[in-house]
Amino acid sequence: MSAFSAIGETGEIDANQFTPEQEPQPTWCPGCGDFAVLKSLKQAMPEVGRSPDEVLLVTGIGCSGKLNSYFESYGFHTLHGRSLPVARAAKLANPGIEVIAAGGDGDGYGIGGNHFMHTARENHDMVYIVFNNEVFGLTKGQSSPTSPKGHKSKTQPSGVAKDPIRPLSMALASGASYIARTAAVNPNQAKEILVEAIEHDGFAHIDFLTQCPTWNKDARQYVPYTDIQDSDDYDLDLTDRRAAADMMAETEAALYEGTVLTGRYYVDDDRPSYGQEKQNIGEMPETPLAERYFDDDYEWERSYDFIESYT
Amino acid sequence: MSSEDLIWRIAGGSGDGIDSTSRNFAKALMRSGLHVFTHRHYPSRIRGGHTYVEVRASDEPVHSRGDGYNFLLALGDSFARNEQPGAVYGNEEIKPLVENLDELREGGIIVYDSGLIDIEDIPDFDERVEENNWHVFPMDLRSLAREHGREVMRNTAGVGATAELVGIELGAFEELMEESFPDEILQPNLKVLHEAAAIVRDEFETDHELAVPESTHEEEQALVSGSDCVAFGALDEGCRFIAGYPMTPWTEVFTIMSGYLPQVGGISEQVEDEIAAAALAIGASHAGVKAMSGSSGGGFALMSEPLGLAEMTETPVVLIEAMRAGPSTGMPTKPEQGDLEHVLYTSQGDSSRVVFAPGTAAEAYEQTRKAFQIAYEYQLPTIVIIDQKLSGENINVPASFFDREPNPDLGNVPTEAELEDLPHDDVGKVKRFQYEVENGVNARPIPGQKGGRFLTTGNEHTEFGHISEDPQNRVIQMERRLEKLNIIRDELDEADDSHQSYYGPDDADYGIITWGSMQGAAVEAVDQLVAEGHDVKALNVSDLMPYPVAEVSEFLESVEQALIVEMNASAQFRGLTQKELGTYGEKLSSLLKFDGNPFEPGDIVEGFEVEIINDGTGPTQANTRIEPAVGD
Ligand SMILES: Cc1ncc(C[n+]2csc(CCOP(=O)(O)OP(=O)(O)O)c2C)c(N)n1
Ligand code: SF4
Ligand SMILES: [Mg+2]
Repeated sequence: MSAFSAIGETGEIDANQFTPEQEPQPTWCPGCGDFAVLKSLKQAMPEVGRSPDEVLLVTGIGCSGKLNSYFESYGFHTLHGRSLPVARAAKLANPGIEVIAAGGDGDGYGIGGNHFMHTARENHDMVYIVFNNEVFGLTKGQSSPTSPKGHKSKTQPSGVAKDPIRPLSMALASGASYIARTAAVNPNQAKEILVEAIEHDGFAHIDFLTQCPTWNKDARQYVPYTDIQDSDDYDLDLTDRRAAADMMAETEAALYEGTVLTGRYYVDDDRPSYGQEKQNIGEMPETPLAERYFDDDYEWERSYDFIESYT
Repeated sequence: MSSEDLIWRIAGGSGDGIDSTSRNFAKALMRSGLHVFTHRHYPSRIRGGHTYVEVRASDEPVHSRGDGYNFLLALGDSFARNEQPGAVYGNEEIKPLVENLDELREGGIIVYDSGLIDIEDIPDFDERVEENNWHVFPMDLRSLAREHGREVMRNTAGVGATAELVGIELGAFEELMEESFPDEILQPNLKVLHEAAAIVRDEFETDHELAVPESTHEEEQALVSGSDCVAFGALDEGCRFIAGYPMTPWTEVFTIMSGYLPQVGGISEQVEDEIAAAALAIGASHAGVKAMSGSSGGGFALMSEPLGLAEMTETPVVLIEAMRAGPSTGMPTKPEQGDLEHVLYTSQGDSSRVVFAPGTAAEAYEQTRKAFQIAYEYQLPTIVIIDQKLSGENINVPASFFDREPNPDLGNVPTEAELEDLPHDDVGKVKRFQYEVENGVNARPIPGQKGGRFLTTGNEHTEFGHISEDPQNRVIQMERRLEKLNIIRDELDEADDSHQSYYGPDDADYGIITWGSMQGAAVEAVDQLVAEGHDVKALNVSDLMPYPVAEVSEFLESVEQALIVEMNASAQFRGLTQKELGTYGEKLSSLLKFDGNPFEPGDIVEGFEVEIINDGTGPTQANTRIEPAVGD
């Protein structure tokens, strides 16, 4: 008997169940792309059959980090850049829960970049949504790791002298096993990608283009966009790592030239998730560790069991 | 007093197997009925640095390393390589002998490997031997080892010679070797052991007085270090998750836990950095598993923000801070108590954490357990401070000490049935941070529980976990979190066993106060001072936050003057004491040491005599510093 009966419970799930009752004052600006992430995430939930009590949404700090204020589930709003280490440990502690991490481009590709690389490397079975608005939203518009070269802000008055980071290529090089880009202006695609990402058994990275009308006024709204899976111009084999790398490089460069390419880039269904790898080498129990603390019959091991080698 | 303790120092290169040999040596003496204590000295190089371990054996309980030592087994450094004249590290081969002579007591014994060490290279050796009445036994341990086995068995040869010289039965070593060596290594080792003893018997005349003391234990003993005991305490509290990043000396606890956790169905994670390590422990704890992390100075600095997150979100977690000499990379393998203020105050905002600094291996076990109990009962981070000294010292503790009940309790975590009675909003979110709850502690559901979902955040938040900057809410939530510390202080004060330890005559006029790992040296110093006719007692403080105001005040009331002894340069614990007590400034002076070597009892005796008896006049011989009382 599980102590976590929300997990695996069957029954009708409605997107509205993910709307909180006591919604705090909205802090997102009108027209913000973040609303689209919220909406598509809510709509994905009935399709993956997960209820609010079996989802843990772990966020970073930024406008994007407020996601769990508006999404009804278990929610942990952590620190700037630190959603991933919190999230992946929760998944190891209880693989039964659905763990989703989310945050901004500054959060995930800048201050938390090291965790991004390593969480992808480890291939934890979770989804990571990066709200990529090419700017630091919450702190009022400074250039972010994805801001285009030359982007001006109060802390970069002469424009950024660096090329932007390549998020999709980074995810691929680091080891993510599902990599996609979607955009706030395309909520249907976003929902479908979220469903696939949640169902994928491994680290699923979604670079989610979210316009920030407040600080990126002249930036595009990410229209028109092209879904590379729907376009006749592209025929990408999602399991082909080299092809994916090329397509990612093209997509990343195109964005800054005004062409918005979106869709799936890489899917590796064969790579075991980190939890499976740990179990394979005998370093993670088959029964979720969290269950043990609720099992009154469990015979807890003691240090005394090992004392002989010290005597 | 009983007969003189044997203090045996085995010195060699840091790849020479000194650790395992000294461990077996200590274990053999422990099994033979003696009390043992080991002290390790090593440089932060893997190869080419010289290292030693001291094993002290006594017929009475030992609390510390001794002042100096009386038996040197100098193996010579088999990894010494650089033969260039003027090479940075000089002539490494003779260092295990040369560098250890200063502390060898009069009448002491030297066994050295004449296969590696040429006595001609050692300045004034004969004069010094004569002056100090040392007994010297040159033995070609290398050839002996090679003849019967392999060169590394020089260790065993040295042990055989030692045994013969001080009267230890070889059987004790044979037994240990049989337990740990496979047959093909066992046989040559046994040969080397016996052969070395025979050479001493047949080829040397002896007239030294040093002999191993005799004693018996009433029950079986275990040889454990401070790090072992931290790990044991964590395991017995049901900790099944650790995340870390290697850093000396924290690596020891991390390594021990990583060895046991897979055996008990737990999880150990070595991750990208210490920010991640602490964040993982928080994530695991949030998801319902008792979890820990830790580091040493610099790595602990990286944990600063996650530590604050645990305070703000009221997520239980236990962190270990294994101090080493700072600032910055400092002296990685040297002990110091310089991180006290760092641990107490790091992270933004007002802290709500609990900090213990155990003084002995046994206390490391008890206080690690208590740290878990408090973290989970009160939903806050607790920190156990150890240091390179406590973590690496081995001491005998009755094995039955560890025969305890495990405690996997998660604290105020409801079952799904209990969850139904908690206040929820209309949609079903739990009111996780209610103002009015017993001891300020709210029920903490675990993700996946039906009806338990809640929101938590490192931002200040409302009762429902929503971000809020409302002034009234802020004050109430802040006070609720901080009030837990007062309740914890009361709980600790009312407990049967105080974490503070006392030593010496109750009515003494003078006090020596230490914290954490300096306890043992103070105890031995008090023994020496009392034997010399001084009126002195010692207090060792382990509770650093919340501070044990009542206990320390009572101690200070009872003495005229007190000397606070700590291993740092700015008297951090004295500063904390004065801040917490707000008075007694004129009674408190400091004895400080920060040269990388822990206090030996003699350093404290000397400091006491200079400061308390001679009113601070006269310099100290040891590399220590006196800071007079503020009112002086
Ligand atoms: C350690 C730390 N550094 C800086 C900040 C300030 N800060 C908060 S959010 C943010 C950047 C937000 O940008 P992004 O991550 O892209 O999120 P967005 O607001 O655009 O969604 C910064 C710099 C912080 N909270 N913590
Ligand atoms: S500042 Fe930009 S990112 Fe933040 S809420 Fe407003 S529009 Fe959205
Ligand atoms: Mg951003």
